[in-house]
Amino acid sequence: MPNSTLVGLHHEEQNRPELLHHFADPEQQRDASSLGMWVFLATEVMFFGGLFCAYLIYRHWYFGDFAAASKSINMALGATNTAVLICSSLTVVLAVWAAQTARRTLLLISLAATMLLGATFLGIKGIEYRDKFVEHHLPGASFSFDHEEIPGHPGQYASPAHAQIFFSLYFVMTGLHALHMIIGLGIFLWLLLMAWKGRFTSEYNTPIEIGGLYWHFVDIVWIYLFPLLYLIDRHK
Amino acid sequence: MEIAIPQPLERENYLNKKYGVWSWLLTTDHKRIALLYLISITFFFFIGGFFALLIRLELLTPAGDLVQADTYNKLFTMHGMVMIFFFLIPSIPAVLGNFLVPMMIGAKDLAFPRINLLSWYLYIIGGVMMLHCMLTGGVDTGWTFYAPFSTNFSNTKVVEAGLAIFIAGFSSILTGLNFVVTIHRMRAPGMTWSRLPLFIWAHYATSIIQLLGTPVLAVTIVMVAAERTLHLGIFDPKLGGDPILFQHLFWFYSHPAVYIMILPSMGVITEIIACFSRKRIFGYSFVAFSSIAIAVFGFLVWAHHMFVAGTSVYAALVFSLLSYAVAVPSAIKVFNWTATLYKGSIHYDAPMLYAFGFLGLFTIGGLTGLFLAALGIDVHVTDTYFVVAHFHYIMVGGAVMGYLGGMHFWWPKISGRLYPEGWARLAALIVFIGFNLTFFPQFLLGYMGMPRRYYDYSHMPEFQVLNVLSTAGATVLGVGYLLPMVYFLWSMRYGKPAPDNPWNAAGLEWMTSSPPTTFNFEEEPVVTWEAYNYEELDAPRTEEVPIAQ
Amino acid sequence: MARNVDALYIFLLIVTGMMTLLVFSFLLYFAARYRHRPGVRAEQIEGSTPLEITWSTIPFLVFMVIFAWGALVYFKERTPPADATEVYVVAKQWMWKLEHAEGQREINELHVPVGRDVKLIMTSQDVIHSFYIPAFRMKQDVLPGRYTVEWFRATKPGVYHLFCAEYCGTQHSGMVGDIVVQEPAQYEAWMNGGSTGPLSATGEKIFAELGCVTCHRGDAQGRGPNLQGVFGKPVQLEDGRTVTADENYLRECILDPGAKRVKGFQPIMPTFQGLVTEEQVNALVAYIKSIAPAKPGEAARTSASSARPAAANVQNVQDVLNKGSQVQ
Repeated sequence: MPNSTLVGLHHEEQNRPELLHHFADPEQQRDASSLGMWVFLATEVMFFGGLFCAYLIYRHWYFGDFAAASKSINMALGATNTAVLICSSLTVVLAVWAAQTARRTLLLISLAATMLLGATFLGIKGIEYRDKFVEHHLPGASFSFDHEEIPGHPGQYASPAHAQIFFSLYFVMTGLHALHMIIGLGIFLWLLLMAWKGRFTSEYNTPIEIGGLYWHFVDIVWIYLFPLLYLIDRHK
Repeated sequence: MEIAIPQPLERENYLNKKYGVWSWLLTTDHKRIALLYLISITFFFFIGGFFALLIRLELLTPAGDLVQADTYNKLFTMHGMVMIFFFLIPSIPAVLGNFLVPMMIGAKDLAFPRINLLSWYLYIIGGVMMLHCMLTGGVDTGWTFYAPFSTNFSNTKVVEAGLAIFIAGFSSILTGLNFVVTIHRMRAPGMTWSRLPLFIWAHYATSIIQLLGTPVLAVTIVMVAAERTLHLGIFDPKLGGDPILFQHLFWFYSHPAVYIMILPSMGVITEIIACFSRKRIFGYSFVAFSSIAIAVFGFLVWAHHMFVAGTSVYAALVFSLLSYAVAVPSAIKVFNWTATLYKGSIHYDAPMLYAFGFLGLFTIGGLTGLFLAALGIDVHVTDTYFVVAHFHYIMVGGAVMGYLGGMHFWWPKISGRLYPEGWARLAALIVFIGFNLTFFPQFLLGYMGMPRRYYDYSHMPEFQVLNVLSTAGATVLGVGYLLPMVYFLWSMRYGKPAPDNPWNAAGLEWMTSSPPTTFNFEEEPVVTWEAYNYEELDAPRTEEVPIAQ
Repeated sequence: MARNVDALYIFLLIVTGMMTLLVFSFLLYFAARYRHRPGVRAEQIEGSTPLEITWSTIPFLVFMVIFAWGALVYFKERTPPADATEVYVVAKQWMWKLEHAEGQREINELHVPVGRDVKLIMTSQDVIHSFYIPAFRMKQDVLPGRYTVEWFRATKPGVYHLFCAEYCGTQHSGMVGDIVVQEPAQYEAWMNGGSTGPLSATGEKIFAELGCVTCHRGDAQGRGPNLQGVFGKPVQLEDGRTVTADENYLRECILDPGAKRVKGFQPIMPTFQGLVTEEQVNALVAYIKSIAPAKPGEAARTSASSARPAAANVQNVQDVLNKGSQVQ
């Protein structure tokens, strides 16, 4: 049987080494990669969702205690981190655009800037964690949260046990988020290396696109985490 | 059944294309990955089965005299964990799904072959961790690892077992991701959604559940591990936490998980019934959408595992109502399968025998679900052997029968060999008899009040007779399961070479060689016919080759 | 109660039996009738929407009937009658500790009179257990950190199995016992076999010993709310919510006073977590439930010190107990 399709495919592959053999054409490959990343992000929503669910329930039950605990984490650092991540999403968008318009220098700079901002985020997070450690707000044997007033209720003190639940959830949620950031940094390092080697063209830049999607998702999780964890009853 | 002339085996196919361990361990061919899974899950099936045998042996006598209490608790825990996470959840999707999904839609491979291989490695890593955990002390929390027992009281390797399951869970998620993207983006020209085999619809629905449900289990395991190692208080009442929250989070995945285990089996049964009745499935759209309905509704009923847990009466009412709603799509399937037999031309080859077995056992299992969904009855029978019998009817009588039926049906395609039909029919019969003997007495035990997870029932010697019957059945069942393993292996060496389409079945996978080449199709197929085109396939042969061959 | 459950069970057996028979008959008939015959081809039938709708709707309606019946039975099961005799249950690995309101303590055994409504107020010292009496078709999980409630009325004297039905560790299968249902006279005799006095009297002692009475006085001048008659009534909280003062609320106030503070009072009550055992909490709760508000000019009465005309049996028992303790 004549194998014209197969021969044609070899021709395609010679022109486009990045076209994987099981895809019919580059469009299908790009569509599949893109859909794959969106589906993966849906699973990540469910992953964080379980934690958000636990958090919302306990916050409803122990609102005052959570407000007191929230007051003790550094809102200025958290807000800075929020700004850092939003800027990094901008650099990601720039990277995608640079890839699509074959602007190699901008692409490299944007990818590097994104990584720098990501590292900054992690650094600030590290400072926050160290502060909590020093203040004995790390859940466990040495946890202490005595004599902390509930905002808006002078003379009323938060229950250390309930505050410990806040901090448990705080560390697990921000810790998991930080882990995703670290993975994101790894992904972007790889993208930077590939971009350096010239692997991306205006026709083939799917890895940048889907790497960008992942980064945006991690950013959005933080956008939810910040007000929920840092801003409980701050006006009181 | 018409059998075409078998092709010589020296033709190149995915099995003989390359030899050597690394060509297997680094393969990205979905068919080879399916076989890697086949070997692994069979291994874990026999481990889980071995634990089951020990459990049933202990329960022969009322006294706890075979093993110690702690050992027994580890046995039923690990039986559950291994069977659910390392056998049932992967089984059909990872073996038959991986092998067939690309072929059924006319594709060369799944969308992400390397992620497919990664899935298998994650499964193996999780499996090795689980083995290590079992060999170095085991875990005794029950597969449901309820807090606060698992977080604050158990002295066993809870975190290690949890991590093993966590890793295996990612295998499940990635398989689901691969299937969803493949089915959306890699269908051959002309393969519209309404021409898809119902096996594909079933796997699509299963994949949705795997994607959305498994992460919740993953994060629950993270919380339990964190609580155990860091002494947090998320589920500890003494620290303001709530153990019921654990149950909600756990069952939010673990109920949809049972649909992960049964939906693929339903897909297999649909293919078998259509083929061996030589007819299109009755009510194609209804069967297709019922799979989706089961996936959706399956996420809404989790707290029917918690009717006596201390939740509010009103929550219980809502979940009971929804549980009855989720029963309807399953009933629809059973009726459609039955109606397919009407005016069919039925052949009784081994796959069809397994399908009949499925229909009988799944019907009984599903109907006993109605008992459990009834609040007033559930209070009495929950946490007893009634529940144990119910879920084994579905998972073993349903899912495993479907798996075995599918293995027999597609074995010629997978291996290029025919299995011995006589032995296969005998095995189907032995499995059916052994199964009923093992699990039907457990319904009675449950209503009589025998609780689950008891290794010593010397206070209730009246339970012994039914337990003895159950154990007897288990030995028969064990023989029934060993037989296929033996003759499938035998057939790889001594079986008759199989033709490309021994059953004259519909479906793109049968248009490949047996076994298929690495890229499945020599040319990309263009589909112009509806699914289950048995009318054409059975049309009287003329000189020309019929269209769909 | 068990009868209702069995009635529903038999109904379900009949319904599912009929469904099974229906499906199996069709299966077997079609399997035989449409067996492959040479020269006879299958007839391709696409489907039938009216049929699909019919066989979806009819089962659904049947399911709704089953649901409604099951829900009714369940509702009754979870609504204890107001005047039920109370027994406090504390589960621990791996035994059941029970204490009657009248004070008798039992381990792994529960004596009850036939025909009397009995309400179990249960909690666990450690992990989740489940109090299961198969003969009564009753089961309820027992949780650490809060009370759950179960009730029954035994209709036939005899001894019935009690099982723990939620896996709780090594000796889960050993956490079994007996429910001993006796004729009223026998039950009286058993009850007279010595006790430490009614649970509420024990609670009154603890209430005084721990100094609760200093803040929770019998008037409105105390630094804590007046607890007379508080049980079962709505309470307004500082944060605006209103809750009912049930057993769980009273228990929470003792162990975690800041969680649901009563409106108008300062947050000065210390927590007694770790200072009282579960049994002592049960006794305190029983005591608080028993104190009725004072009529003008009278001191508050408790069940230990007053006669309760409705519970004539209890009064007789009190006399006997008092006599008994004098003798000893």
